[in-house]
Amino acid sequence: MALLSKKDTSLILDPLADNNPITIQVLGICSALAITAELKASIVMAISVLFVMGLGNVVIALMRNVIPSKIRIIVQLIVVASLVIIVDQVLKAFAYELSKTLSVFVGLIITNCIIMGRFEAFALGNGPYRSFLDGVGNAAGYGVILIIVGFFRELLGSGTLLGIPVLGDPIAKTGLYSIGYENNGFMLLSPMALIVVGIIIWVQRSRNRALIEEN
Amino acid sequence: MRDKRLTFKKRLHILKHRYRDKKMAPAFNAFHTFLFAPNETTHSGSHVRAADDLKRTMNTVIMALIPVLLFSMFNAGYQHYAAIDAANGISRELSLFENFLTWDNFWIGIVHVLPLVIVSYGVGLLIEFIFAVIKGHEVEEGYLVTGMLVPLIVPIDTPLWMLAVAVAFGVVIGKEVFGGTGMNILNPALTIRAFLFFAYPTWMSGDKVWVQGAVERAGGPDAISGETILGYLAQNKASEFEYSVSDMFFGFIPGSVGETSAFLILLGGLFLIFSKIASWRIMVSAVIGSLVMGLIFNGVVDAGWIGESSKFYGLMSFDFWKHLIVGGLAFGIVYMATDPVTGAQTNRGKWFYGFFIGFISVMIRVFNPAYPEGVFLAILLMNVFAPTIDHYVVRGNVNRRLKRFKNATVHPKTTEGEGAKLQVETV
Repeated sequence: MALLSKKDTSLILDPLADNNPITIQVLGICSALAITAELKASIVMAISVLFVMGLGNVVIALMRNVIPSKIRIIVQLIVVASLVIIVDQVLKAFAYELSKTLSVFVGLIITNCIIMGRFEAFALGNGPYRSFLDGVGNAAGYGVILIIVGFFRELLGSGTLLGIPVLGDPIAKTGLYSIGYENNGFMLLSPMALIVVGIIIWVQRSRNRALIEEN
Repeated sequence: MRDKRLTFKKRLHILKHRYRDKKMAPAFNAFHTFLFAPNETTHSGSHVRAADDLKRTMNTVIMALIPVLLFSMFNAGYQHYAAIDAANGISRELSLFENFLTWDNFWIGIVHVLPLVIVSYGVGLLIEFIFAVIKGHEVEEGYLVTGMLVPLIVPIDTPLWMLAVAVAFGVVIGKEVFGGTGMNILNPALTIRAFLFFAYPTWMSGDKVWVQGAVERAGGPDAISGETILGYLAQNKASEFEYSVSDMFFGFIPGSVGETSAFLILLGGLFLIFSKIASWRIMVSAVIGSLVMGLIFNGVVDAGWIGESSKFYGLMSFDFWKHLIVGGLAFGIVYMATDPVTGAQTNRGKWFYGFFIGFISVMIRVFNPAYPEGVFLAILLMNVFAPTIDHYVVRGNVNRRLKRFKNATVHPKTTEGEGAKLQVETV
């Protein structure tokens, strides 16, 4: 018997590609646009969401039979808010600079549509183990896009990856800069994040035609 | 076996037939129709027999741009040598035949402007061909004008690879993702300019990029400066430039490659109006819009609300009508705002659309000294609003007619009258 049944595997793997929360469901776009100018911030954001979503789904799934449906949104908000505060405090304690870059967007994980969406759509109707897998899968799908966008934006916008210069020094004109290359400042502005996400969606849909909606 | 008696046209025709229904067919078709008038008709829909097809429209605009391009080549050299003289303390009197229309000047233009044109067309058409082959549609002529506009609206020293990147971005994101020529929301040439501006601001603004050679000489012993008039004004240094009004009007000033000569742009604009290619409504209303905004700013200065110490003083006190002959406003109004695809379509809408282009251009110029060149932003903004303007114009028309219909009274007696016409009277 494998560790994960086929159904459980698809819970994790589907959101990575064909049911990606960002590129297919187009949820959680705001944070994807705001914090992807640096790869490091994207990675930290991805991990934070992974933590909040995995644990949050489990908590909601455990409580799913005792939550009155009239106040379920409030309960969900309380759960996700407590988890986000933990993440926020940890970041402030151990990575203060980074938490300043992420600023309000850590707090805004609370309102991340993906999280509320998974609580509503999955955790309220499934057991804790499967909810955990679903949360991890969706957070990973979100994180993958964040990291791809962050990679291209930091590489083309600042010429660095995780803060390490990889294309040479733009001031001393070494590496690529010695032949006239320049950083693309547009990459650091939010509109470019939207365009990069758009290009990812474009590539994904032209590779898998089943994803294109009829209209 | 190659038959020598076959004409080039015939050979091309055979080649086209051989590649019919193959993947590369659009590429051959495009080449064929580019050189010869096609003798084929469309297979469906109604047919209109008219000579002014897209190709001819595009060619007319290109014709209107040729004088501007030639002038810009001479001006490139003239500004280069004038800046060197100025750096050496020699004052230079402009003389049209002695030091402007010279081979030396033209050579600088050829060496530095022509590569911009070639890169713009090369990259842009390559992408158009690739998309036509992938999507299996005909190559459209839309890029012919864009490709000519792009080199005219960038600074002369723009590195060619930057232009290539920007053209690729502008054509793919600005045009092809929307479905190609005729479907785009934003003017592709301005999308390219905006991309360059935001991606590589050091190459698109400041006092070094407008004159050929100023960037590479910067910081050296033979450094030259090429501040534009708007640049001087934005820094409240109106007294430091020595360009007369006729210099501004005829275009003997530094600036983007083709934007300087308001005179030739005016001629091109008249040509476009009389050949009925571009909308005179947009041009006139844009001129009115910029004059109105300029007058408002002049009035604010005259009223004493803005003193000389204000950072807006330089541009606000600039005579309102001079806004039209410096910077890219004239070029933008004549060649960019009138783009039939991205502009407003209704006649009343064109008045609003044009007015706000002029109005917002001057406003951006004055209020944001970091972008003295606000024209492209104003046109892109109004491109976005053009469908909304059209929507409300059409809605207004429908509502007016509905109201007229409701208030109409039918006179039954007149049915017996002459011609037995049903007379409807509006109230």
